[in-house]
Amino acid sequence: MSALLPLASFGGAIEFIFTPQSSNVTGGAKVGGLEQAIELTLKQLEVTVLALALALVIALPLGLYLGHKGKGEFLAIGLANGGRAIPELAVIALVAALIGVGLVTVTPALAILGIPPILTNAFVGVRQVDRAAVDAARGMGMSEMGIIRKVELPLAIPTVMGGIRGATIAIVATATIAPLAGVVTLGDFIINASIYGDDGRLAGAILVALLALSLEGLLALLQRRLTSDGLKVKTA
Amino acid sequence: MRTDQTRLRVLLAAIAALALTLAVAACGSSDDSTTSGSTEGGAAGAIQSNPDNGKVSLTIGSKNFPEQEILGEIYAQALTAAGYKVKSALNLGSETVAQKAVKTGQISGYPEYASTALTSFFGLEPEEVPADATEAWEKANEEFEKEGLEAFEPTPFASANAVGTTKETADKYELETVSDLEGVSEELSLYGSPECRQRIDCLAGLEKLYGLKFKSFTPVDIGLRYTVLEKGQADLSILFTTDPQLSAESDKFVILEDDKKVFPAGNVIFVTTQKVAEEAGPDYEKTILQVQEGLDLKVVQELDARVELEKETPKQAATAYLESAGYIGS
Repeated sequence: MSALLPLASFGGAIEFIFTPQSSNVTGGAKVGGLEQAIELTLKQLEVTVLALALALVIALPLGLYLGHKGKGEFLAIGLANGGRAIPELAVIALVAALIGVGLVTVTPALAILGIPPILTNAFVGVRQVDRAAVDAARGMGMSEMGIIRKVELPLAIPTVMGGIRGATIAIVATATIAPLAGVVTLGDFIINASIYGDDGRLAGAILVALLALSLEGLLALLQRRLTSDGLKVKTA
Repeated sequence: MRTDQTRLRVLLAAIAALALTLAVAACGSSDDSTTSGSTEGGAAGAIQSNPDNGKVSLTIGSKNFPEQEILGEIYAQALTAAGYKVKSALNLGSETVAQKAVKTGQISGYPEYASTALTSFFGLEPEEVPADATEAWEKANEEFEKEGLEAFEPTPFASANAVGTTKETADKYELETVSDLEGVSEELSLYGSPECRQRIDCLAGLEKLYGLKFKSFTPVDIGLRYTVLEKGQADLSILFTTDPQLSAESDKFVILEDDKKVFPAGNVIFVTTQKVAEEAGPDYEKTILQVQEGLDLKVVQELDARVELEKETPKQAATAYLESAGYIGS
């Protein structure tokens, strides 16, 4: 008995995304299809954007500030790395048990995933900025806030954006488990094989991958826009 | 061979019915409140070991969650007591795996839920699954026979989804059956597993067949089904009829009777092959039917509680059941 046999076909999954399919257990109601695929994709996007925003609000200022001050390396690197080891499923289960389910639970639980890469990269990015540039800015009478905003942040953009991109991928991929805590995302296709079958499972995986790639592409574009011309690698 | 047995059973039932009619007629008494207490005492008593069975090796399987493992252990230990050489494989991942293992002869047989067999293996819609356990079993057996398989008669208990709530909520809204939710369900939130949302034997059925609308349905991990009730997040939660919490904390949680039979009959039938049944001789089926006779809902909830709440092994729980029922000596 080949282990490959139960795998759904790619064609079946694509069909599932566009056309509603019949299911054994829904009492005749069709499942899948473009409408449901779009609905779930939007939900996945919504959760991702909310969680990313929360992670940014917490981690970005903190990372920039610590990097500027040159303090808290232990917090920025150590704690953040430790944070990456937290199993997300456990976080969601814990938060769900403690404060309930729904967007309110899932958003902070996913934000926890985004904080480490954003914090670490912001810290490292600012630390790497040429001290001579910072000293020159200070010598010209720039305020400390001005230095962070006008000198350090622009010079650290490639590294900072790298952290944000990593956080986004982690969050959008993990938002797949949100149906276990009351938010019906694309994970619904993947978790409920008894309803959607193997075609639905593969379709869910394909859609999550496409969404992740699109977000990655968008952020790459944004990064190009934000990076000052002087920092860009000249091609040819 | 199965059809012969069925025919024989029908004949016996007809004779019994006739005898009863005659008896009632003979008495000539008023026909109200004549309950025929049919106490079948045939299965009581210890399992007799038969030396002939020593030549037969059996492998009893089960799926890999507590209730199934306990059942597997009960059957395995009972068959050992009957003199068979028994091995067990109580870790089969799903019904698909288990059925394949039976067909290929890796295991001799395993306990399966009649409703699961009908929906998963034979593509029936849950609403087509007979609510009556015997009917469901006969229907499943018809299909099994075509594949060289055979299922023994169902257990007394049925494992099924159920709408559960706290005693407090049930008292407040005077809920006993699912139909009692009519008119109040709009104020109540329902929690269930993610797959419940679209399944006809779950939320879809409650909406379509009972015509109920809930304030909200929230999908959660199946492991949280009691937590959400305890924390007051959910007014109603989809539980299982065999959940140990229902016996251990019967003062806290109640399930509502499925008066319109949306949740199909999940009585357990032991699935084996006709070949094994023939080779193993009559004691095989006899022993299995004998030990499952005591398995009503209460007993199974208690057995589940031993394993899931009190952390006994399925083996210990099974032994305790067989000893206390007098099937094997302690």
